[in-house]
Amino acid sequence: MRVMQSEEIESAIYRLAEEACLHLTPACETALRQAAEKEENISTKFALSTILENAEIAAKEKMAICQDTGMSVILAEIGQDVHIEGKLFSDAVNDGVRRAYEDFRFRKSVCDPITRVNTADNTPAVIHTEIVSGDKITLTFLPKGFGSENMSRTYMLTPAKGVDGIIDAIVDAVKLAGSKPCPPVYVGVGIGGTFDTCALLAKKALARDVGSHNSRADIAKIEKIALERINALGIGAQGFGGKTTAIGVSCEYAPTHIAGLPVAINMQCHCVRCAKTVL
Amino acid sequence: MQEKAKTVRLPITDEQIENLKAGDSVLLSGTILTGRDCAHKRICAFLDEGKELPFNLKGETIYYAGPCPAPDGKACGSCGPTTSARMDSFAPRLLDLGLKAMIGKGERSEDVEKSILKNHSVYFAAIGGAGALYGNAVKKSELVAFPDLLSEAVYRFEIKDFPCVVAIDCHGGNIYKRK
Repeated sequence: MRVMQSEEIESAIYRLAEEACLHLTPACETALRQAAEKEENISTKFALSTILENAEIAAKEKMAICQDTGMSVILAEIGQDVHIEGKLFSDAVNDGVRRAYEDFRFRKSVCDPITRVNTADNTPAVIHTEIVSGDKITLTFLPKGFGSENMSRTYMLTPAKGVDGIIDAIVDAVKLAGSKPCPPVYVGVGIGGTFDTCALLAKKALARDVGSHNSRADIAKIEKIALERINALGIGAQGFGGKTTAIGVSCEYAPTHIAGLPVAINMQCHCVRCAKTVL
Repeated sequence: MQEKAKTVRLPITDEQIENLKAGDSVLLSGTILTGRDCAHKRICAFLDEGKELPFNLKGETIYYAGPCPAPDGKACGSCGPTTSARMDSFAPRLLDLGLKAMIGKGERSEDVEKSILKNHSVYFAAIGGAGALYGNAVKKSELVAFPDLLSEAVYRFEIKDFPCVVAIDCHGGNIYKRK
């Protein structure tokens, strides 16, 4: 058994928040550069060049890439041979978020759903924990903006719909979202499980690098076909029209019930921010 | 980068609005007000109750945005546009009160489009996600109303060379409907 102090978790979250909110992931930046090279429409080209210029300014001047520094989503894989000493795990995470959002002047965007009163420190974080083997803790920090989160959808398909139905659902969600989620988007898809696990899989899919593929060939094929169909929609960067409406489709799956085929689409704007560490 | 961006001074004039066409690149300079979800709800509640607003909307430009806190030495933190569609249910009412221009991101409802035509106003699209770049274009920031709303409060910004694209013009042109 390995003993870990909760301070180690708290300071890791603090560093991840900084890294994630100030930088695009390298894979996302590469995809955006490639998209910019392909466009001919002046407004669309302008949108993409502005986005890339912004990323440089944010990194250089230590300003948040996007003012929507999001809800702090943390995916934690906790080795069952780790014993945490000190604070409760969730308290350590929330304290790391609280300190980072204050120190780096990130926007506090969390509020009560009814009164809309802001919690003023961006907590509580959204924490998904999974117990895994080993004595390490893997932490992934996804600052999730809501322009794109609002455009997410769940489809409870019938098994008869099959692979074509899954692809139709993905394309439909992106089409309905139009210009609102800040395209070109990164599309996280959960396939299977129950209503809830399917949505969580879609979120986890967004933690995968832009341009990566599912290791299962039939799932990777869904990613590829869905991306081609999305980019044929012509929505383009910021909805100004163009060749790149999505920079990637990432699917994760889980076994489901014989009566169902849940599909969840979690939309991510072009500003793909994600930082990971292993403790 | 853009080559033929038109310079637009704010507050905007009817003549300037007349000359803008959907798809035009513009650089905005002058003063604007910020306002997003909660501020709009509160503005409309004030109007419903017949109370006077703490600021005048006539001739103004509103920016759908909620900034990050300002870093040391800067007027404003990151401050890109938020999704305008969430303000669609409020916008026609504000345009009828004399609001002249809106800055945000993404398409608008039919009602907002009609109101833009009726009121001879304009909707500018800023580039969503470019928060740091827009934050740097804010040269002065002053809290105007609703401080309890934190980043959602109404601020008056002085902006310089704030890059936008004309999204919906006063002649019915709409960049989101171009083919």
